[in-house]
Amino acid sequence: MDWFPLWLSLKVALLATAISTVLGLAVAWWLARGDFRGRELVDALVTLPLVLPPTVLGYYLLIVIGRNSTFGAMYESITGGPLVFTWQGAVVAAVLHSLPLLVKSARAALEAIDHSYERAARSLGAPEWKVFLRISLPLARLPIIAAVTLAFARALGDFGVTLMVAGNIPGKTQTVAVAIYDAVESGDGDTARALVLAVSLLALGIVWVANKLNSKASAL
Amino acid sequence: MIDARIQKEFAGGKERASFKLDVQFRAARGVTVLFGASGAGKSLTLDAIAGFAKPGDGRIMLNDRILFDATANVNLPPRQRGCGYVFQNHALFPHMTLRDNIYFAAAHLPHVERRRRVSEALERFQLNDVAGRKPGELSGGQKQRGSIARALSAEPGALLLDEPSRGLDAPLRRELYEVLREVRAEYDAPILLVTHDLAECLELADQVLIYRDGRIVQAGEGKAILDAPTSVDVAHLLGIFNLLSVEILSLDPSRNRSRVQWNGTPIEGPYISAHFLGDRVTLCVRPADLKAIPRPPKLGPNQVGVNLRRVVNTAEGVRLDFEGVSVEMPQSEYAAKADNGNWAVEFPPHAMRAL
Repeated sequence: MDWFPLWLSLKVALLATAISTVLGLAVAWWLARGDFRGRELVDALVTLPLVLPPTVLGYYLLIVIGRNSTFGAMYESITGGPLVFTWQGAVVAAVLHSLPLLVKSARAALEAIDHSYERAARSLGAPEWKVFLRISLPLARLPIIAAVTLAFARALGDFGVTLMVAGNIPGKTQTVAVAIYDAVESGDGDTARALVLAVSLLALGIVWVANKLNSKASAL
Repeated sequence: MIDARIQKEFAGGKERASFKLDVQFRAARGVTVLFGASGAGKSLTLDAIAGFAKPGDGRIMLNDRILFDATANVNLPPRQRGCGYVFQNHALFPHMTLRDNIYFAAAHLPHVERRRRVSEALERFQLNDVAGRKPGELSGGQKQRGSIARALSAEPGALLLDEPSRGLDAPLRRELYEVLREVRAEYDAPILLVTHDLAECLELADQVLIYRDGRIVQAGEGKAILDAPTSVDVAHLLGIFNLLSVEILSLDPSRNRSRVQWNGTPIEGPYISAHFLGDRVTLCVRPADLKAIPRPPKLGPNQVGVNLRRVVNTAEGVRLDFEGVSVEMPQSEYAAKADNGNWAVEFPPHAMRAL
């Protein structure tokens, strides 16, 4: 039994979640407090990956980070290798897959805070970054951790985008979702069952933790 | 010194009527009370000064600093305005101890000085014993003092308090007034206090601004406004006056008197300027300035027979609600007259004012 796909998925999902968290919180904060033109357009763009077919996203990604693209060429000149069809490519795919959920939930969490706390901090002379790090983030920490947990689960479960961007190279870019597809296609029922069970249990655990955090947050 | 001219309009919608705030005032050192009913624009005024709401037009100055100027396009963010704001819910950060809350406010000071300042603030507001507690573990009065201590620790150029007494019981109110009086004595800057509580207004105010429907309808010293409301609106808002609708029968400028008809009975009133015979005007008189007496067989001058509807015990004594007019008297005086069947009210002409 080859457990490599599971470990690779965990590694990719962890890294992708870290990136999504930083990016997602920044965007969510910007959306939650800003009163600027085009705010809802940005929100719609960020939400798009939730509703578009994975193949469409994969196609866009290939255009943006492919070897012929500006970004892809830049990446290649820095690291010496292409981004597509590597496990790092799978990270990009997972980020795209998990970011919308994180932005949506984090924005809702930040908007749900009693704004008098943020106002108080501002009137006491605190700059915006300090308001965010010392007041908003700690106050919204439980729902945000719940959102990060769910984003991790989503990053773990990506199939379509990963397949298009990172491919299906066993021992290199084959994540667990892709490996299950591969095992079913080639009639390897044992491997499929083992991986399906492992992913299901993991996902169940994650959702349980997220629900716990959310109910604790609403009880406060 | 705050010097503010603030205009802001809200368009009406399905659920609410349109609203326009249009006020202008100055507030020097001491307590300026913004008094009025809910929704009159008092809190909005504070928000505009603190920078939480942007006026449509106007100019706000604090000690020669321009905080907002519509024509010059100046609109400082709240953190640069130097306005200490005490929120109705105190807004002490729930995830920090009281000490950390105050420490947060003193961020502009160097480290050692900052610690010293926090200790001083805790000492001064008698919060030393609970400095390590989080806001959730504090009593109402401690939260109250904590939020004032925190606001002052940022060394603001003005202190703004948004209905700090709302929802407090009587002992806590007394404690708050005590704290605010101390702050007023030591703090050399304007203090703006929003309230719709008349007692609070009179107890603390150096200056009162009376708000109604987004405008200031009267401004001045608290006692002076109470003695001489300039309009029916103000008298009505203060809620402590008899408002008598009368018709002018005759005017006698030489004696500074008039004869008016109230409820079908002619009585002598104060001289009423700028009105003609037959006009209807409103006279205002405090219930304590009227006299209720057992109805004599023959009514004297300015005595009117009235029917008693109910007797209400108040904090000061007893209020007798007659048809159209109320009279207040001490408990002892009422006790001597309580077995009265018929009543008359005497209207002293000098106690009444035409609005």
